[in-house]
Amino acid sequence: MRKTDILIIGGGPAGLAAAVGAYEAGARDILILDREERLGGILKQCIHNGFGLHTFKEELTGPEYAQRFIEKVLEYQIPYQTETMVIDVSPEKVATCVSRQKGLERIEAKAIILCMGCRERPRGSLGTPGERCPGIFTAGTAQRFTNLEGLMPGKEVVILGSGDIGLIMARRMTFLGAKVHACVELMPYSSGLKRNIVQCLDDFGIPLLLSHTVVDIHGREHLTGVTVAEVGPDLKPIPGTEKYFPCDTLLLSVGLIPENELSEMAGVKIAPTTSGAEVDEQLQTSVPGIFSAGNVLHVHDLVDFVSEEAMKAGANAFRYVQGTLSKGGRKVPVQMGFGVGGIVPQFVSENAEDKVSFMFRPRNVYRNAKVIVELNGEQIYSKKSMILAPGEMVNLSLPPEKLAGLKTADSILVRIEVPEA
Amino acid sequence: MKYELTCINCPMGCRITADYDGKEVTNIQGFTCARGKAYAQTEITDPTRMVTALVGAAGTHAPLSVKTQSPIRKPLIFDALQEIRKTVVNPPVHIGDVVIADVCGSGVNVIATENIE
Repeated sequence: MRKTDILIIGGGPAGLAAAVGAYEAGARDILILDREERLGGILKQCIHNGFGLHTFKEELTGPEYAQRFIEKVLEYQIPYQTETMVIDVSPEKVATCVSRQKGLERIEAKAIILCMGCRERPRGSLGTPGERCPGIFTAGTAQRFTNLEGLMPGKEVVILGSGDIGLIMARRMTFLGAKVHACVELMPYSSGLKRNIVQCLDDFGIPLLLSHTVVDIHGREHLTGVTVAEVGPDLKPIPGTEKYFPCDTLLLSVGLIPENELSEMAGVKIAPTTSGAEVDEQLQTSVPGIFSAGNVLHVHDLVDFVSEEAMKAGANAFRYVQGTLSKGGRKVPVQMGFGVGGIVPQFVSENAEDKVSFMFRPRNVYRNAKVIVELNGEQIYSKKSMILAPGEMVNLSLPPEKLAGLKTADSILVRIEVPEA
Repeated sequence: MKYELTCINCPMGCRITADYDGKEVTNIQGFTCARGKAYAQTEITDPTRMVTALVGAAGTHAPLSVKTQSPIRKPLIFDALQEIRKTVVNPPVHIGDVVIADVCGSGVNVIATENIE
């Protein structure tokens, strides 16, 4: 059986940064596996700019951002194997993978970093009635067709969901000569960045229909149109508000799901609020020596934070291999208070040595609200914010001296406080 | 003329209104911070955008991704896209290589954003 110190599953932004982080911490026996032909993951097809403002202080396109990390991997001579699909990971950290070049292989690792990313919610998960005709794509699939394969999904487009990928694709389809008739959003607000709403919709006069959804899909041989209706506060369609939009293409941008099948095979506990692994502040999962980072851990807004998180996972995986990773003692659970969703990490070690970072998603739009962290009933962090929104992940970190109280704590509470009306 | 725009600097997305007579932006309202006021000023007098797009590459079906080296004036976007769409490069091309010099007289080059060997 092949052996390696650190096995990284996935060669996208998380996997590349995990490898770089592990190498820079001292690891020299690393292997990256990726199922695609080339490294870079989803960044390969994200040809728009806006990546890397935090990491490189400049706005790069996706391929440029990926290349910065790929070049590090090449410079450090970190081995990688593409067109290799991992089909099983055991709790003993043995990965089984298949590839055309090498057939079926088993690789035993001292530490594994899960960097598989996420996939898009498909039509089936929406329960939208109507015909099962061609012409319906997830936004990311359409993006792959246009940007990597030079193919055009259609000419008359409606987009369901106003996440950033949907907005970006509204502009891309317009640039490629298609007519985008509307972007339809179920919620009363968009989960996309303001910048994308202005520069991808407003710039081209594409209407954003908030509190609307697609209630019917028409077309037997191919999509011919969709029926859109307004929804009430209960998110249910309001009868009588239906409007027909002729179109040959429906793009879905309705959410992302971390791809954790391998994590589950390895016995890693999954957190229901993130659909990603439960981790401690070292990004170690419930299985010792298995770490998780990037969109497979929780869906990020910015690739910069994926890279940062994955570099940390890489460095900690190496410490684990060396036996120098702090055992940390008892794991103190992190509780989500009012307004807080999908927090990572879910546990903090009572002996946490470094600064501890928390990331979470606000459950709603809150104005002039405070983010508060409490330990043993005492506020150890408080920060006011003009606006908190589900589309913008909150990222905060606490120095170890603030966390001295962990030793006697049953839990640590993160919550949002809104001003009284 | 009356302008209405959404500030893009943060998730607040302030609705800003202003008047513009072709020379001076006046009566800017609705912003919450200095960044919003500055945004309204430039967005009304000289709106610019980065353009990212695809060109053909000889010998492959896969397109090559490109971008304007710096933002170009907004009214030039579709002319620039048309010129970009007609372009076919001969590999090898590397990140940063000029694919179209001075696209549509904008003074801005279109450069490659990926490598093709």
